[in-house]
Amino acid sequence: MHTSPPATVEGVAHENPALLHHFATEEQQKNAANLGMWVFLATEIMFFGGMFFAYLVYRYWYFGDFGAGSQSMNVTLGGTNTAVLICSSLTVALAVRAAQLGKQKMIVVCLILTMLLGLVFLGIKGVEYHDKFVEHHVPGPSFYFPGHVPGHVNIPINQQHAQIFFSLYFIMTGLHALHMIIGVGLFAFITLHAMRGRYHPNYYTPVETAGLYWHFVDIIWIYLFPLLYLIDRSQ
Amino acid sequence: MSEHVSSLKLYIGIWITLLIGTVLTVVVAKIPLGPFNAVVALSIATIKATLVVLFFMHVKYTHEKLTRVVIISALCWLAILLALSMADYATRLW
Repeated sequence: MHTSPPATVEGVAHENPALLHHFATEEQQKNAANLGMWVFLATEIMFFGGMFFAYLVYRYWYFGDFGAGSQSMNVTLGGTNTAVLICSSLTVALAVRAAQLGKQKMIVVCLILTMLLGLVFLGIKGVEYHDKFVEHHVPGPSFYFPGHVPGHVNIPINQQHAQIFFSLYFIMTGLHALHMIIGVGLFAFITLHAMRGRYHPNYYTPVETAGLYWHFVDIIWIYLFPLLYLIDRSQ
Repeated sequence: MSEHVSSLKLYIGIWITLLIGTVLTVVVAKIPLGPFNAVVALSIATIKATLVVLFFMHVKYTHEKLTRVVIISALCWLAILLALSMADYATRLW
């Protein structure tokens, strides 16, 4: 069993209470936590990578039907959501900066703004999903997607191929939204700690690692937006 | 702490660049470029993602070399996933 090493009175007074006993320095502890988040993000790249690959293969096979599906997306709402996420990435970056500078109130303000922007994103996504349900664009027995392939008036849309597009749309944006919900939950937890003044220039690792996660989720959307909404707009 | 603190100006600059990139993708998407529409859209997305990684995620200023190893390996694995699987699917009819 491990027992705490005897510490001198000065030693205790100068020690950062956030420094765990199995790390030599604060910097080592911080680097380990950051590296852990990056390794997790590497697994997330493979997780989303599989879905991006599925999209690539089916787009290659069912090019016209994917074009038609993509043209049915609401670019205004999708573009607004992209801007909302970029703003939330800025507020996270500013929250980390506030923690580095020891501005307690600023951390809380930036994190609350981030959560609000995250919820705005999810709300707009909900409106888009609602529209898709009303239009019968959700894969299943009531799926209905009339029309023709972009650029070919005499080729009707293949209903099954179009359902693959919408399945990929719902799976990819749905899992992205799930990541957003988890991110908002993480920030709610961190905001509570920030309100109690737990973070200071010598210890703000949770703010930073949750920030890395949030920026990653932003990057996934940066790719999802053009692939799902924009690629077939010129025809 | 020897931690690098980026200036407010830099963050605002990156933020505005990302917003301009978003507007640019939407505008370019409406110009008929054939297969290059996808190339342009993904290039802009990659530039935006790189800016986020370097400046918002502080990779440009990190002293920890292992972070870079992890990021580069992740991108290599993704390239292997996409390239080798596509080599299969794209050549099935040959």
